[in-house]
Amino acid sequence: MDWKWGIGVGQELEIKMNQIVGAQSISFEVSPYIISSGSVVGSKESEGPLGKLFDMSNQDDLFGAKTWEEAESNMQKEACVLALGKAHVKPESIRFLFGGDLLRQGIATSMGVESFQIPLFGLYGACSTSGEALALSAMSVAAGYGDCMLAVTSSHFGSAEKEFRFPLGYANQRPLSAHWTVTGSGAFLVGTTKSHVRISGVTVGKIVDYGLKDSQNMGACMAPAAMDTIIQNLQDFGRSVEDYDRIITGDLGYVGQDILFDLVQEKGYDIRVKHMDCGMVIFDQKTQDTHAGGSGCGCAAVTLASYILPKLRKGEWKRVLFVPTGALLSTVSFNEGASVPGIAHGIVLEHVN
Amino acid sequence: MDYVKAFLIGGLICALVQILLDRTKLMPGRIMVLLVCGGAVLGFCNIYKPFQDFAGAGASVPLLGFGNVLWQGVKEAVDKSGFLGIFQGGFKASAVGISAALVFGYLASVTFEPRMKK
Repeated sequence: MDWKWGIGVGQELEIKMNQIVGAQSISFEVSPYIISSGSVVGSKESEGPLGKLFDMSNQDDLFGAKTWEEAESNMQKEACVLALGKAHVKPESIRFLFGGDLLRQGIATSMGVESFQIPLFGLYGACSTSGEALALSAMSVAAGYGDCMLAVTSSHFGSAEKEFRFPLGYANQRPLSAHWTVTGSGAFLVGTTKSHVRISGVTVGKIVDYGLKDSQNMGACMAPAAMDTIIQNLQDFGRSVEDYDRIITGDLGYVGQDILFDLVQEKGYDIRVKHMDCGMVIFDQKTQDTHAGGSGCGCAAVTLASYILPKLRKGEWKRVLFVPTGALLSTVSFNEGASVPGIAHGIVLEHVN
Repeated sequence: MDYVKAFLIGGLICALVQILLDRTKLMPGRIMVLLVCGGAVLGFCNIYKPFQDFAGAGASVPLLGFGNVLWQGVKEAVDKSGFLGIFQGGFKASAVGISAALVFGYLASVTFEPRMKK
């Protein structure tokens, strides 16, 4: 029997049960905080609309390495170092690290965080990995499994093109509907130390497949999943669209956004005023030739770290739903004619005075 | 005048391919296969030789011409060696083109480093 400061076991169980809300969500009784964050980007991102907001950028996109994959690993390492540095926390103080990337076998993460020697959970959620990492970190802290967790993801244009399309040396032409994989890594310290932003709840996404097979139109493949998680979040928490200052998706792009609005409207909600998409914000479509918009795990992660969190810290936004979206295809599944299902995780972020 | 004809015809073939790249969902690999097969078919129909006489390099350099070269090689080998010619002729006729592509491609990859797309 475990008696904690006068709270009985029965009441403790009740608190734990109350955290389970609706069908897919958790509402944290004691909210974990996002203590600090770090963002590292490549040259194109540093020349974009958010350019000045990122912590660190590199002009040749290699970050001192010889291959794109190693460069991506270096970016993850730097992002973690930045997040740890800002909070004055040593790697030894981090209980668990939750990290993932787009490459097969999650190699960028493994190589990137190896030197920190933090117990690691390697994840895959495609471009929704930042949401997955934040959700798991928050859940671990809220459950009392540690005071400090690290969540990190990354993507790199060079390594992603080699992985999913053609190596850069092939010099192929990219169709106008293609997304531009963001070269970037975002790291987040999640823990019990008080800060101005807390994770008050999460809605864990399920796979949503509308049978689309067009890998060149990622936005359309992921929009159904985004709609599903957003609607589920509103229903689970008993909220309306007005309760959020912004509902922010990861990388639906211009085409995906339109589809999302339509899908959400069919369910009786209107998010057109509140919606924002990281892929549309991180690049200037007119001047940077980025076609459908930014994408990749790094897209949502660095936008969260550099653009969304500062607004939450200042109190400009009080409550935001952060919904990174992922397309769960593999290089093999696509070639074998399978459809492209999507997934999206909802993280409720709130300003704390 | 030869140069002008080659330039215009070769450019036209490339422009048509670009339209396929921009307007359809066809992958570059599929388009290249289309060109080679198209050239072989046009060669079979005896259309490509007069076309090449008119346009010169404009018809022989693009991949369409390569399809024709493959067809001509197979045709000659079959005329000479019968059934076995189907397997002999293609590589023999295209040997120069393929070797050149391999050698220059390798030299390029050794000399240059790929850089990030702008």
